[in-house]
Parts: sequence; structure tokens; C-alpha cells
Amino acid sequence: MRPRLVLFLVGALGGILLLAWGLWGLPGFGHYRGPYGNQINARAAKERHSSSAVAPVVFDYRGFDTVGEELILFAAVMGVIVLLRAQREEHEEPARLRTEELSFRVSESSRVVALALIPPTVVLGLYVVVHGHLSPGGGFQGGVALAAAGVLLYLAGEYLSFQRVYPVALLDLGEAGGAGGFIVIGLVGLFTGAAYLSNVFPLGITGTLFSAGTIPVINVFVGVEVAVGIVFMVYEFVEQTLLVRRRSS
Amino acid sequence: MTAAVQAVSMLAVGVLGALVVLTRRPENQAMVFSMYGLALTVLFLVLQAPDVALSELVVGAVAYPVMIFLTLAKVRRREE
Repeated sequence: MRPRLVLFLVGALGGILLLAWGLWGLPGFGHYRGPYGNQINARAAKERHSSSAVAPVVFDYRGFDTVGEELILFAAVMGVIVLLRAQREEHEEPARLRTEELSFRVSESSRVVALALIPPTVVLGLYVVVHGHLSPGGGFQGGVALAAAGVLLYLAGEYLSFQRVYPVALLDLGEAGGAGGFIVIGLVGLFTGAAYLSNVFPLGITGTLFSAGTIPVINVFVGVEVAVGIVFMVYEFVEQTLLVRRRSS
Repeated sequence: MTAAVQAVSMLAVGVLGALVVLTRRPENQAMVFSMYGLALTVLFLVLQAPDVALSELVVGAVAYPVMIFLTLAKVRRREE
């Protein structure tokens, strides 16, 4: 036997044994032993008037953590956009070429299916964003669903309407406003004398749309940020793949 | 009944995960990965984590494959 194979077998055997040993000590499947989840389940609805226990953890109790996550997404989107902008040795093709090149690629059936899917996707996205404090979902999930509606528009071959529906100035504004809004809501807590991101808005009646204080407001901002960020990224990718060519020297 | 559904969805995740690794061409891999995302979504739903399931559905089954395809299109174009 080759020495490499022997080395692998010894390592694999050791790895399997260690893994088995580690798995042996785990609690049984479905037996939750941490105290934190039970505490949240018992308190979240009473303290924050939110019928979803996840939303208060993400946007309230641990809200500062989520600000960081939101800014990571913001930085990632900005980084991709900066990298994808037309470079010095590249150039953009004129608009006339764009329509000619794009019109023949998409089949009639995928156009119909993609266009028909857009309205329900938008409604679903909006629903998931604004009901984040009532049922599973929230700004992140709903935001990506909204962005998927934008991608469908592109899949339908409507690249030029894609540009018309999302002018770059509006994308810029949405991206910055979404990320900034979250931080501003946090500052409101500071101005009232409480801690950053304290839930200072009126809590309302549990289970209604206008309840849970700052949580639904933050969800809307996050929804805008995520939806715009992903559409922006896809938009820049599309620009790059379809329109930007290397300068023929 | 619940145990059976859990077992089936875990098996699906395992099989599709292995298929993602075994698929060599990136375009095909993106499609298989999308299926894997769908299997993970079902698993999260079965394990009563609907929030995570929603995230996985939109990111794993939609956003990620789209990004892969666009990146491939861009890289290929540059190679021309």
C-alpha cells in the first residue's frame, strides 16, 4: 500500500472515532436543554407585544448584533458594486445594441411565466416584511423575496424595463436609506434617555399589524435595504455581463 | 409519522449535498445546489424553524444560484 493511503486511513479512522465520541455526548434528538429559548418564549409576547418570538430577539433584545449584520450586507453589496463598475480598459455598448442583443434570447414561455410570477412575488414579499413581528419572516426574508421579483423582471427579458423600474439614483437612495434608517431608529432610543435600540415606540395590542413598537419599523427598513441591495448587485452583474466589453486595442 | 418525515428530509439533504459535491460543471452544480437549498428548506420546516426555512428558501434556492450564473456569464465573457 502507498504510504499516502496508509496515512489517510489512519487519519480517517481517528477522525471517525473523535466524531463518534463527540456525537455521543449530545442531548437526545429534539431535547432542548438551553434555558434561553424557554425564557424568550415565556417573556417575548408579554414584554414586546410580538406574537413571533424570533423577531424580538433579532430586532430588539439582540438588535445591536443585527445592526452589525445589516452593515455587513451593506458593505458586501457596496464592495461588489465598486468591483463591477466599468473599468478603465472596458467600455459600455450603446443603447441601440442593447435592445437588439437582448430581444431574441428569451423564449415566449419563460417570458409569460416570469411576468406572471412578479405580482404574487411582490405581494408575498411585502406581506412577509410587514408581518415580521406576527409570523415567521421579516425584513430579511421579505426583502430577498422582493428582490426575486426584480430578478424575474430581468429573466423575462425586460432588461430595459429593469433599468426603468430601478434607476440607479433610486437604488442608491434605497440602499443608504435602508441601512441608515435602522441606525436612526436605534438613536431614537438614545434621545429618549434609554439605551441604543431600546424599544421606545408604543407597543400596541399583541397580534395586530401596528404593534411591537420599533420591531416592524426596523423590519421595513431592513426589507428596503435587503431588497435594494440584492437588486443593485444583480443589476451591476447584468450590466457587466451584457453591456460592458473589453476595449479592442 | 413525524419521525418518518424528518428521516426522509434528512436523507434528502444528505443525498443532495453529496450530489452537489459530485457535480463537476459549475452550471449544473448551481442547479443541483438550488435543489439542495430546497431540501434544506423542507428540513428546517419539518424541524419547526419556519424563519430559517424562509431565509434558506430565498437565499439557497433563488439568490445564490442567480449570483453563480451571473458570475459564470461574466467570467466566460472575459475569457472570449
